[in-house]
Amino acid sequence: MEVKDIFSYDWGYLLPEFIILGFATLLSLLDLFAGKRLGRQVIGLLSLLGVVLAGVFVFVNMSVLDEPYRYMLDTIRIDDYGNAFKLLFLAGTAFAILLSLSYLEQGEVAHRGEYYYLMLTGLLGAMVMASSADLITLFVGLELLSLSSYVLVGLRKKSRLSNESAMKYVISGSIATAVTLFGMSYVYGLSGTTNIYEVSGRLQEAGMMGYQFIVYAAFAFLAVGLAFKISAVPNHMWAPDVYQGAPTPVAAFLAVVSKAAGFALAFRLLLIAFFQAPGLTGSFFFAEGALLLGLMAAASMIIGNTMALRQTNVKRMMAYSGIAHAGYLLVPFVPPTTLFFSEVIFYLFGYLLATFGVFAVLMVIAREMKTEELKGFAGLYHRAPWLAIAMTVFLLSLAGIPVSAGFFGKFYIFMGALAQANYWLSAIMIATSVVSYYYYFGIIRQMYMRPGQSEAPLEVPKGIWVFVMLLAAATVFFGLFPGLATEYIQAHLNPAFDFGNMLPGRSF
Amino acid sequence: MQNSILLSSLVFSPLLAILVLAFIPGQKGGAIKRVGVLGTLLPLVLALVLFGSFDYTTPNPQFVERHNWISIPLGEGQSGEAVSFEINYELGVDGISMPLIVLTALIGTMAAIASWQVKKRLKEFFILFHVLLIGMLGVFASDNLFLFFIFFEMTLVPTYFLIGIWGYGEREHAANKFLLYNGIGSGIMLIAFILLFLVTQTMNMQELSNNLSSIAENVKPEIRFGLFLALFIAFAIKLPVFPFHTWMLKVHVQAPPSIVMIHSGILLKMGAYGLLRMGIGFFPEEAYRFATWLAVLGIINILYGAVLAFVQKDLKMVLAYSSISHMGIVLLGFAAMNTIGFQGAMFQAVSHGFISALLFFIVGVIWDRTNSSMLGDLGGLAKSMPFVSGIFLAGGMASLGLPGMSGFISEFLAFLGLFGNMPVLAAVGALGIVLTAVYLLRAILRITFGPTPERLSHLADAQPMEVIPMVVLLGFIILIGVYPAILGNALQQTLKSIVPIVTGIGG
Repeated sequence: MEVKDIFSYDWGYLLPEFIILGFATLLSLLDLFAGKRLGRQVIGLLSLLGVVLAGVFVFVNMSVLDEPYRYMLDTIRIDDYGNAFKLLFLAGTAFAILLSLSYLEQGEVAHRGEYYYLMLTGLLGAMVMASSADLITLFVGLELLSLSSYVLVGLRKKSRLSNESAMKYVISGSIATAVTLFGMSYVYGLSGTTNIYEVSGRLQEAGMMGYQFIVYAAFAFLAVGLAFKISAVPNHMWAPDVYQGAPTPVAAFLAVVSKAAGFALAFRLLLIAFFQAPGLTGSFFFAEGALLLGLMAAASMIIGNTMALRQTNVKRMMAYSGIAHAGYLLVPFVPPTTLFFSEVIFYLFGYLLATFGVFAVLMVIAREMKTEELKGFAGLYHRAPWLAIAMTVFLLSLAGIPVSAGFFGKFYIFMGALAQANYWLSAIMIATSVVSYYYYFGIIRQMYMRPGQSEAPLEVPKGIWVFVMLLAAATVFFGLFPGLATEYIQAHLNPAFDFGNMLPGRSF
Repeated sequence: MQNSILLSSLVFSPLLAILVLAFIPGQKGGAIKRVGVLGTLLPLVLALVLFGSFDYTTPNPQFVERHNWISIPLGEGQSGEAVSFEINYELGVDGISMPLIVLTALIGTMAAIASWQVKKRLKEFFILFHVLLIGMLGVFASDNLFLFFIFFEMTLVPTYFLIGIWGYGEREHAANKFLLYNGIGSGIMLIAFILLFLVTQTMNMQELSNNLSSIAENVKPEIRFGLFLALFIAFAIKLPVFPFHTWMLKVHVQAPPSIVMIHSGILLKMGAYGLLRMGIGFFPEEAYRFATWLAVLGIINILYGAVLAFVQKDLKMVLAYSSISHMGIVLLGFAAMNTIGFQGAMFQAVSHGFISALLFFIVGVIWDRTNSSMLGDLGGLAKSMPFVSGIFLAGGMASLGLPGMSGFISEFLAFLGLFGNMPVLAAVGALGIVLTAVYLLRAILRITFGPTPERLSHLADAQPMEVIPMVVLLGFIILIGVYPAILGNALQQTLKSIVPIVTGIGG
């Protein structure tokens, strides 16, 4: 491959990343030099502006580029796969910043400037994870996101829980990173390259030359290591403690952006690098690899949903629910169909709406009731009926009950799984979904059927109220007309050129 | 006929009441009740209009509506063409669903009147009630599996609230149990629906049924049987069939009376409807092979329900077990696998809808005055409440199958159908009829006759608002009993179109 001069690339396509980088840098300088008189609210609003601008340029890229644009041997590549995930990250970060504007008023976080620009650097890491096809760059993106979120989690410096959770997050995160890196070293050792498209062919050769068990080991290390970011079994135990200790908007950021980034990285890496690797019989990815991912999915669904039953703290419950959702999101890859990409993106989109909705409502309640326990929700319906109705919509969406985006997302994933005749995983998914009704309706029970400590109307900040209502409306809207989203994904974000046609032969 | 908006306006007509209710302040209880009841008249009138212009001579769905809804592009198929799955918004009623829609609208109105005695949070109650009504009407009016599923689930959430907020003592427990059992049923149903969709590439019920028989050889027999079994279990939980019935007992005891009327009168019938329409309609051959099991399960339901009804101390439990017993007769009718048997089953579904709504309404009336439904606490009500007691006795008679009432004609048809194929099983099942008389008369006599205790001697008889549902429901019970053709004509053609396929393949 011809090595091009660094100036011969059209760097304009990287504007979204540059904007985030630029804003993060400038805001940190602003924070340093502006002195105490500058309200830190301004930094939040500016970072929101940066996120929106970056989003605009992602759309520009989508309309200008009709094939992937590659920088320096795929170190960075702008393609539909990355763009779709970037839109999710940007939306998630924008939502997190919106929540933070209100959250930071409470004064639990002293370092408000750092809070915002660390969120931007975390976002930048996530964006790199979604738009690279090189092990080194991918790892740098992963670390950038991880390091930013370690600090973000610990920013409630006076809270013992926050300190504990940051410590746990760093330690377990480092172990997971080490495992991932170990897997990457196997991949490099077998293939002699860090470009995952080249890895793909070389792993095939390596497998055929008798190194297939090392290929399997590399896959297993990568899958297990990356399970940390998506909070799937076996690397899930950090989630409840970290969510509980983290500032609420950061918990939402971890639950959505960080998780989606983990998926973006894991799927591109595992799917491309190992796609051609030979298995014991036939394709490794469609047999042994799929089985491993399937077991992880099944364990995540079962453990996430059953452990959530016992939680009384809503943040911990959402963490276990997030583990279960990571399990659902692994199902489309066991093994993948042509629909897997739009399944995952649609599901993440519905999950994004509902999760931010839940965390926004939780934030309002936690401020008023001084507790994040389940009983804080008691009698919410009488105190803030619209908030309770919106919360009900989010919970129904997470539980997968129509009419909601979450229902169609699950329906869509099911369709893919059943098309692959993947009956055991579908059965587990259905059964654990029904189990999840119990704890999601546990919150609903509190809101409607239990008397609260007071009947006085709850004071809801106007901005948060509008935000929550819009999320609820969107959840219902995309439940009624999911076709709008799926058609958009297929028309504008279809990474068919990345993975080729994988529609299996159908026979029932 | 294409795209009349009649059915859509019927299904979504309760929205009008919801909108009006949303704008009435919560403390105006009287206005809310009036709107809540009047709001149910609109679907009732529309349902009757539809029934009036229903064409008895065709088995096909009528008043069909079809709009494009969701399109899932699949990329390229095996031969390179663009493939996409289409899910349409499709409504239509045939001879099976038409009577059930009338039943739904009618019992909806009666239950709304019964809700007069609801005391707290009226506004929410009636809004949820009307959402439930939309769901139920939609279930019977859907001609598309996806839409059917959405409406089916739409009945789940409001019912959960209605039981959990307005029920009796252990209401939350009952609501949870309801949610989990029905959630499992829906989940199994969803798997079956999606597999059917993948196999036949359509979700329209008619097309699906046709495709399924035309590509029969592409589908492995064990998958076919698995699909049939999945549909059977999904609807068996709803009906309910014997080991899946425990949730329904809790609901019948804990839910408020008007919701029990809806639940026992309509929601259970969704199970019967689904079994016939999908279980038997899509897989006639499998159903035919399964017929003996259907009959055995039916007999277990009949006898188990009857025997346990006999030993209950709570009138609600007597009636709940009686419902289980009567749903066994529906299964027997299905097991017959002929037009007469199917007619019996559907007659039983409709007739039991009216009868159980009436009986549970009366339980509510009695509870309202005495705060009890225990047989031991009650007695001699005939003296203080002669009208209520009379209607109660009449309802009981209808339930045990007195000729001239709807219960008789349905049991007669179901057993008539079954005796042709399985005389022994039919004979065992007929034993259940005798038991019905025993447990119902025991309960009714215990409550209405005998000496009147002092504290029960000054109870008020039925109020005008309570007379209406009693008279109307009893009127329909007798109407079907003496003029069964009003129901039979509608059912005839559609049932015929299902049955010949069965006997054609199996026999």
